[in-house]
Amino acid sequence: MSAIPGIVAVNTFREAVRDRVLYNLIFFALMMMAAAVLVGGVSIGIERDVMVNLGLTAISLFGIVMAIFIGVGLVYKEIEKRTLYSVLAKPIQRWQFLVGKFVGLLLTLVVNTVLMAIGLSAALFYVTRKFERGDGTIVIAIYFILLELALITALALFFSCFSSPILSTLYTLGIYVAGMFSPDIRDIGMVTSSPVVKAVAKVIYYVLPNFHNFNTIAAAAHSETIPLALIWQNTAYAGLYVVVILIAASAMFSGRDLK
Amino acid sequence: MSTPAIKIEGLTKDYAVGFWRKKMRRSLDHLDLEVNEGEAFGFLGPNGAGKTTTLKLLMGLIFPTSGSAQVRGRSIADVSMHREIGYMPEQPYFYDYLTARELLDYFARFFKFNAAERQERIAKFLGRVGLTESADVQLRKFSKGMLQRVGIAQAILHDPQVIFLDEPMSGLDPVGRREVRDIILELKKQGRTVFFSTHILSDAEMLCDRVAVLVGGKLLGVGAPKEIVSMEIHGMEILFEARPGSALPDKLTEQATHTGDRFRIEVPEAEVYSALDELKSSQARILSVTPLRPSLEDYFLKLVGQQKNTASASGVVPIEMSR
Amino acid sequence: MSASNSPRMVRYALLTIPVLFVLIIVLQGRIDASTAPLQQEKQELLIRSGPTLKKMSLGYDSLLADIYWTRAVQYYGSRVGRTGGKFELLAPLLDITTTLDPKLMIAYRFGTIFLSEPGSAGAGRADLAVDLVKKGIAANPDDWRLYQDLGFLYSIRLKDYPKAAEAYLEGSRNPRAQLFMKVLAAKVAQKGNDLETSKLIWDELYNTAQDPIVRQRALEHLQTVQAQLDLERLNESSEEYARKFGRYPTTVEEMRVAGLVGGKLQDPAGHPYVMGENGVPQLDPNSPIVLDPDQKAPLQ
Repeated sequence: MSAIPGIVAVNTFREAVRDRVLYNLIFFALMMMAAAVLVGGVSIGIERDVMVNLGLTAISLFGIVMAIFIGVGLVYKEIEKRTLYSVLAKPIQRWQFLVGKFVGLLLTLVVNTVLMAIGLSAALFYVTRKFERGDGTIVIAIYFILLELALITALALFFSCFSSPILSTLYTLGIYVAGMFSPDIRDIGMVTSSPVVKAVAKVIYYVLPNFHNFNTIAAAAHSETIPLALIWQNTAYAGLYVVVILIAASAMFSGRDLK
Repeated sequence: MSTPAIKIEGLTKDYAVGFWRKKMRRSLDHLDLEVNEGEAFGFLGPNGAGKTTTLKLLMGLIFPTSGSAQVRGRSIADVSMHREIGYMPEQPYFYDYLTARELLDYFARFFKFNAAERQERIAKFLGRVGLTESADVQLRKFSKGMLQRVGIAQAILHDPQVIFLDEPMSGLDPVGRREVRDIILELKKQGRTVFFSTHILSDAEMLCDRVAVLVGGKLLGVGAPKEIVSMEIHGMEILFEARPGSALPDKLTEQATHTGDRFRIEVPEAEVYSALDELKSSQARILSVTPLRPSLEDYFLKLVGQQKNTASASGVVPIEMSR
Repeated sequence: MSASNSPRMVRYALLTIPVLFVLIIVLQGRIDASTAPLQQEKQELLIRSGPTLKKMSLGYDSLLADIYWTRAVQYYGSRVGRTGGKFELLAPLLDITTTLDPKLMIAYRFGTIFLSEPGSAGAGRADLAVDLVKKGIAANPDDWRLYQDLGFLYSIRLKDYPKAAEAYLEGSRNPRAQLFMKVLAAKVAQKGNDLETSKLIWDELYNTAQDPIVRQRALEHLQTVQAQLDLERLNESSEEYARKFGRYPTTVEEMRVAGLVGGKLQDPAGHPYVMGENGVPQLDPNSPIVLDPDQKAPLQ
């Protein structure tokens, strides 16, 4: 019973792998990193910091693009193309289908991110010729990027259940951008004197998925140590939020008439 | 009395239409139907009658406005019931990046087969539908007819007791249709229940124990095909072909339409034997002799006309016969 | 099945989602605690150029200005009171804010006070504050209050009285300017940095400030100046006492008994004034008021 989402997941992963657009994206990302190395080679005294910054930002950006690009079509495409009909006629619950789709895309993103991270490490090593202690922070930063991608995937999947890819992209991006400015939203509550604005700012701050929590790219660039507690806290945060989104999506999708 | 294979009670589906979604359109109106185990049951009706709606309701793809249904005693709301049924949607679409084999493998995994059994079944059913050669071709390269065959294969590879087919013959050439008919007959011989929708009368006649007629969302009648459909034969259609080196009778060829060497002629029933004799003496090659009857559309129009004229409150023409 | 939507799933969702959200909110609090030290130690502005940000903001400059303004205040608020807090990013933050929205007047006032504030409560860079205010004047030539800020900076912080008087004068030419601008122009030109003038400057700043943090600071400075004035008068009374009785008073009470001083003998923070050695009046050691060492202090 619990293996059924896995069946869907593997199939989703296979679909992503066979989608040629994905390869273009990865190729482009790797090109960017090669360019970063080249640029670094030209200017004297390239700082590792800048390279880590650029590299991690590239990985994060491409991950987000991929997550949204594929995510918004996950369910929508199946409904439009009617491939969903024959699947749902099998002994599978709708929520199992959604979870499977989510896991499949997440798996794809993990594989891609790890590949790109290896590329970055190789480029770093090529430039600095050694491993530093600060590299541990890079690993954590990449892990946090993955957590971020999981959240974005869940959001894209949620919207994919009931709206077109264009709208879903807008909604997902909108929530992501707002989530990045989360601490600023909370701080607006601090500088204002109106109690209404204070309360609203607080509510929005806690309800919106706080993407800023995962933003450790700057810290990694400076080889700062990240408190270990943050690792399990962010994991739990992402995990809980993903579960919330998937439950909401399942509830919505379970009662929906397919065209 | 044993549990019917399919039991539908008062199944109704309304859709909200219009820009503001205020108006309701009833696409299925209180359908009551029972199908027995081992029956081949035809679900007839013109396009838009509600046949596909009914099937989608039974599969849990859409949800009823009111009413209920059971398959082998289990509610259609129970997804585990899907273990025992197979479904082929109308104009099936499948993941085009998979090969036929991969698709069947994917679907087979939803059932409890071990790896060896799975492979065995895939090979067997690919063979049954004649796709063994194309097993490892990506579905995006399949023709419509081939996709139809994949559709049937995925519907039956887990040996379901009840099989639902939505327009299984559509888009197939005569050979393909023959094959589908054979499969249905074979399933029936195995004791399974086959429920399929079609608007091709002759297929229904040939295969079904009973048929139901659906028009405008309403069930107009259930019974054996013969009872439902009148036997008004307009005439006979003869397909024939000239044998090389021999001439065809002028009178017949004048009246006939032809494509290339193949001729088609309609003759009144009474004259069919004399026409055949003429063709025989000219040594023409007889391809087929088929009775002509009104099309299903004609039949349905007549029924709808009858429905309007009848004084019956429910609007149902009482042609239901005893089972 | 009569229901068309799957009520079981919906009910399940309605039950579990709020519970999960509570957990999420609790977690967020923990995360905030964990990341706070990270943010304070190494705040970084990736892009420092105001004009660049303005171009990047795609027309949403005033929204972005608000965000940077909020960040500036937060930046200041989280650092004030911590020893070693340097406020290096305050000037760039305010610069960005005012480039994005040149009409955000609170930003100029805030910068005036806290960029120039010495000690641990500010950046101690009056020059940067002057730059900021001049930038504001260029963008808002009609706002006389910016001249008030400029006058404040030159007189109190930089002790450049001619420039201060000039600023107050220029501002007073605006028909909407309040009277005190003219008054201050004259006083500063005449008396420079004396206590009465300072008191007036801080008083007007306190009255016209809208930002609560700025008001608070102005009040504190006002209290300091007032205390200074009080001490000066007490000192004069102390000298008089000495002339009359041949010795300095040992308590303030003695002077009151002798009829030389009257009224409330407390500093603005509510602590009583005490007598030090040689008849030099002082603040109560428990008083939170801190005297400004730069003020003209005749009590030596």
